[in-house]
Amino acid sequence: MIHIPDWSALFLHFGILSLFSVGGPMGLIPDIHRYLVTEHGWISNAQFTDSIVIAQASPGPNILFLALLGWNMGLQAGGYFLALLGALGCLFAYVVPSSILFYITANWVEKNRSSRLVKSFKAGMSPIVVALLISSGIVLAGANGNGHNDFKLWLLAGLTVLMVLRTKVPMLLLLLIGGCIGALGVFA
Amino acid sequence: MMNEQPLNTPKSPSDLFFSFAGLSIKAFGGIIVFAEQMVVEKKRWLSRKEFLEDWAVAQTMPGAPVMNLSIMIGSRHFGVMGALAGLTGILLLPLILILLLVCAFAYFGEDPRIVGALQGMGAVSAGLLISTGVKLIKPLKVNPLGKTICAILGLSCFGLIALAHYPLATVLICLGPLACILAYFKFTSGSPGESA
Repeated sequence: MIHIPDWSALFLHFGILSLFSVGGPMGLIPDIHRYLVTEHGWISNAQFTDSIVIAQASPGPNILFLALLGWNMGLQAGGYFLALLGALGCLFAYVVPSSILFYITANWVEKNRSSRLVKSFKAGMSPIVVALLISSGIVLAGANGNGHNDFKLWLLAGLTVLMVLRTKVPMLLLLLIGGCIGALGVFA
Repeated sequence: MMNEQPLNTPKSPSDLFFSFAGLSIKAFGGIIVFAEQMVVEKKRWLSRKEFLEDWAVAQTMPGAPVMNLSIMIGSRHFGVMGALAGLTGILLLPLILILLLVCAFAYFGEDPRIVGALQGMGAVSAGLLISTGVKLIKPLKVNPLGKTICAILGLSCFGLIALAHYPLATVLICLGPLACILAYFKFTSGSPGESA
């Protein structure tokens, strides 16, 4: 269980991680797991995994899993009020440092938008960003399978690509249909 | 291309807040999919090419890319207020929703229908990510690197991440500087299409 003085150490840890999380916080998962579960035992392994699953199932940025980690730690340490403080604390500890850094960067980039340095950065990174996106889709498509149902998940992902590029079906409707297909047990 | 008509700008910080809140609350899976739809297709604040470039900056700096994008668009038009409006828009509603969900999950999380629904939605969001990636290939046609170099960079990035499963940071550190240096030399040699 986490005690009051530990919170400041935790927030400081998240704050430092924030400045090293290029491409979002999902790459930090191994380190956060080591810190919270293995080293300090502030939450259980199951709570840790559940927090990530819920954050991925829920709309909004994935960093909200940090709020869930804080929520679980606070709940164990003393009820719903502490859980809420833990959730907000963990989220802010991550959001504030990187956001201040990015605010300064964004202004600098904006001021130098026609400099050769900024233009080459944007032009150079563009093809990489496109490839990253397609790669995440490919990795995610097979991530939830259990070996037997992989081809069904791939098929659904492939059909989604066709629907988006060829039709005007809203993306939320596609997600809803996917959820219903899964709830009916097609992937079981 | 669709971006021949002039683009719009956000009307006020509250316009930023509500636009980003609206995209965030429906963004299941890859949030960039919904960010692209809102910023480029619905609000027309950026052309597809500008979106890709801004996203490249947002993605290569620390922090969640979509938070960074909201800070960038917000501060461009309304300074600190705009950045805060965009950022809180991204975070507020989904935070409230997820805290309600975690309470519900304690009771229903093991239900096989929930597990199945999550798998189905996961596969659809994978498809959404791929299709957004495909849509963003188009602006690369005017990239000063040229189609061949773009294709080589893109394919090697794809191979390293999706096939060889290298961590994102490693790939960015290896391929990023190389791509930027190549682009830097393209700009010196004064190839066409270097404006904008």
